Amino acid sequence: MTFLELKDLRIHFPTDDGLVKSVDGLSFTLERGKTLGIVGESGSGKSVTSLGVLGLHKGGRAKISGEIWLDGEELVGASAEHVRKLRGKKMAMIFQDPLSAMHPYYTVGNQIIEAYRIHHDVSKKVARKHAIDMLARVGIPQPDRRVDSYPHEFSGGMRQRAMIAMALCCDPELLIADEPTTALDVTVQAQILDLMRDLQRDFNAALIIITHDLGVVAELSDDILVMYGGKCIEYGSAEDIFERPEHPYTWGLLGSMPRLDREPTERLLPIKGSPPSLINVPSGCAFHPRCPYAERTAGRSETEVPELLETAGGHRVRCHLPGERRRAIWEKEVMPNLEGTS
Amino acid sequence: MVTYIIRRLIAAVLMLVVVSIVTFSIFFVIPRLAGVTATDFANRYVGSKGATAETVAHLAEKLGFNDPLTVQYGRWVKGIVAGSEFDTGVSIEHCPAPCLGYSFITKTPVWPELLDRLPVTVSLALGASVIWLVAGVATGVLSALRRGSFFDRAAMGVALAGVSLPIFFTGMISLVYFSYKFGITVPGGTFVSFTESPVQWAYSLILPWITLAFLYAASYARLTRAGMLETMGEDYIRTARAKGLPESRVITKHGLRAALTPIVTIFGMDVGLLLGGAILTETTFSLPGVGRYAVQAISANDLPKIMGVVMLTACFVVVANLIVDLLYAVVDPRVRLG
Amino acid sequence: MSRASEPLLSVQGLEKHFPVTKGLLKRQVGAVRAVDGIGFDVVKGETLGLVGESGCGKTTTGRLITRLIEPTGGKIVFDGRDITHMSQGRLRPLRRDMQMIFQDPYSSLNPRHTVGAIVGAPYRIQGIKTEHGVKRAVQEILELVGLNPEHYNRYPHEFSGGQRQRIGIARTLALKPKLIIADEPVSALDVSIQAQVVNLLEDLQSELDLTYVVIAHDLSVVRHISDRVAVMYLGKIVEMADRTDLYGSPMHPYTNALLSAVPIPDVRRRSERERIRLQGDVPSPLNPPPACRFHTRCWKAQEICRKVEPPLTALAPGHQVACHFPENLSGDAPPAPAAGQEKEPGTISPVS
Repeated sequence: MTFLELKDLRIHFPTDDGLVKSVDGLSFTLERGKTLGIVGESGSGKSVTSLGVLGLHKGGRAKISGEIWLDGEELVGASAEHVRKLRGKKMAMIFQDPLSAMHPYYTVGNQIIEAYRIHHDVSKKVARKHAIDMLARVGIPQPDRRVDSYPHEFSGGMRQRAMIAMALCCDPELLIADEPTTALDVTVQAQILDLMRDLQRDFNAALIIITHDLGVVAELSDDILVMYGGKCIEYGSAEDIFERPEHPYTWGLLGSMPRLDREPTERLLPIKGSPPSLINVPSGCAFHPRCPYAERTAGRSETEVPELLETAGGHRVRCHLPGERRRAIWEKEVMPNLEGTS
Repeated sequence: MVTYIIRRLIAAVLMLVVVSIVTFSIFFVIPRLAGVTATDFANRYVGSKGATAETVAHLAEKLGFNDPLTVQYGRWVKGIVAGSEFDTGVSIEHCPAPCLGYSFITKTPVWPELLDRLPVTVSLALGASVIWLVAGVATGVLSALRRGSFFDRAAMGVALAGVSLPIFFTGMISLVYFSYKFGITVPGGTFVSFTESPVQWAYSLILPWITLAFLYAASYARLTRAGMLETMGEDYIRTARAKGLPESRVITKHGLRAALTPIVTIFGMDVGLLLGGAILTETTFSLPGVGRYAVQAISANDLPKIMGVVMLTACFVVVANLIVDLLYAVVDPRVRLG
Repeated sequence: MSRASEPLLSVQGLEKHFPVTKGLLKRQVGAVRAVDGIGFDVVKGETLGLVGESGCGKTTTGRLITRLIEPTGGKIVFDGRDITHMSQGRLRPLRRDMQMIFQDPYSSLNPRHTVGAIVGAPYRIQGIKTEHGVKRAVQEILELVGLNPEHYNRYPHEFSGGQRQRIGIARTLALKPKLIIADEPVSALDVSIQAQVVNLLEDLQSELDLTYVVIAHDLSVVRHISDRVAVMYLGKIVEMADRTDLYGSPMHPYTNALLSAVPIPDVRRRSERERIRLQGDVPSPLNPPPACRFHTRCWKAQEICRKVEPPLTALAPGHQVACHFPENLSGDAPPAPAAGQEKEPGTISPVS
């Protein structure tokens, strides 16, 4: 059953320099117990999307339209107070840098207790017990002592565990993790990814993981959504995206990444140019100035915004190239170079 | 935490020593370096006109102006701790501890006079500081939360005026209107002590309080606004909202607490400094406080009195600093590590 | 690359201890052993990668080599000269030959200076005359790193992150250095831009005959760019080898754990991949564990690991390891790279 559904979500910020279309017509669905990975570079709109779902996009000035359905409730039109009551309880978020995301003046325990007591009418004592249980649950040793520590007294990995404990303390049904491991060392990252996988199984929550790291996405996701310039440019199962990617941008991301699981290639295959500024999104297909195949669309890429069309069983691509051409390019021109051998 | 407190205490004591050396240097070492002789000192301090050269030289010897500076410094410090006596040749003047100086012009020790005037200055400083802290922080927070609104612009405009307008201007204007024209408040020069009648005390000080507070509230509003704007953009504020906290709690519990930390520092310094006398306010409203005492001493060229006020102010600032440091450790757990 | 010649950079027993003070009198109660006796050679034309997690001392090492901080002990020989304790004055001419690229392209460029001023600054500081004037020389460098020479008069904020890192690289190239120390040169950049900068560094190396020491936490990037790789843990080098050996048959348990912790973008193998999961975080370098520093997190640790520090020794040609119980010793078949398939390096031309 669909638990979260976004329909044509748009989040626009009017600025002095023009309208910033951070999220521009995004749709997807997510079920309980499933994980969606949202991949994109800086300015792709991936973080704004998550903030928008929680109703945390910068208040008054942002213009939000479209629909967000959470467990049968529409959130875009709902009152701010109603959405606030869902935040932390029904939907929770984990942020990138646990040091700056936790208040430096309050103990870790206090911050978890606070999160729990907003939504549960219990005594401090009961909440504290619950906080200690949560800390134990996320693998913090000596939780009854660590509950009174301040965030700066924790190591990076422990802080992120505490952050996860705080997000999970009200047993949320939707958990959004925004670059949850980017600030962590690689061995700690592996621990946290394991933890999130275990917890998701136990809590049976719907999980959205937002990251620029394709490796992290591949570890956790059932479905993957690739964002570029505020739009979804490719959406499909993890197998679709990694085995049969059809968008030149996805190819570019794969080619940009040196991979440990393959023999090193002589050269990386980067995408030329830089990600677009959201104030000045290129006309037509936002990716066309960087796309090596743009000229094969007979000029359409510069004038027409391509539709996000289904190519096969739930796999959707926003590209002017016909599906067969794309698959041919992937198999003959792109994949062999990624493999490092012909 | 205990080491932190002890270290701060020791630092404060050392600071007082440094302050005393600097003060002493300003009044005794630098003049001497500039060529002021012992007899000049005697002349200046005792100021007996028409005395013969021998008398003055004798006086200089008696008062110890010929001694090495270290000896003079020692004697001065000893006076502060244990009191001292001054032999003017004519009489022996007693100056009980803490002897911050003895005025040969009015023939009085400085400390009791300062004690007389402290209640006025303390009343003025504390009353005004409460007003400016509440008004300034409240305005700053509201401005920050409604950035760009009419309220924000108006408040910041007024704040800019407040920072730029001197006390003797705002003070005079308010005196003219509120006291003389409308008769709402008492005219300048009135002070009723708190023990006598708290209501009258507050009534007599309300105008100076507001005038003084206006100046500080303006800069506190600007500081709070900047601090709040920065804090409300922090990641932990976003976390607090993501937890589902009501916005009012996000602002007070998470935002304001962090934004206020730097304000506490400045507040301590400002109050400490004001306790040494709000010269302009006291003069404008003719309040018999330490500041006015200093002004009178300066116009009378009564060096021991000036020196006494300087020492007192410096002590207040050092103590205020100490309190701020300790408060800081209470507010921000990260400081306790140091 | 030439391996026969003298090393361009030789580091022996390098140490940096930051004193830690405590109590009222600020007595020194210990030291953070940020770098604790490391040694390596870098020959001309090669790239040495230094990897490790936060707190392992890799960044401190970079700063020691460039003498941005003063070493506590050990020896640094650059281009045949001992620069360990050389005065800043005598060091200045040598700085031409040794440059540093920093992580953050935003904060390492002065926002008030034009690109021309930034890239041209080394000429002025070193007082160097150029044939056709500084401007011409700067524009040539800008072109070399893939920037438009006409952007000479623009300011850093007018450029994107990747372009700014190119400016940073251009600045280091101005004086035609022999050695470049790059500290996390791509970690602040977007994925697609990282690849551009990595390729640029490689192109420049072959064009200008540069020698690199690349410091990074990203094991994949280090493997791609390096000829040899040194793995650091708590101020020590625990393993150093050719990249093929190091990534193909890692001997130190820590290296194995690091490699298996890297998430692999391959959905087919995510369930079957065997992982080594280290417990806990890296211990504090203030009180590093005695003997082998990795023993607190090592699943192979025995009594000896807590008592005797394993020396860094060559267990295979060119493959040095500091471990009592190394893995993949010759005799064992070297396991396939993480993916489980061996392939010859490819010779295909890149798509463009």
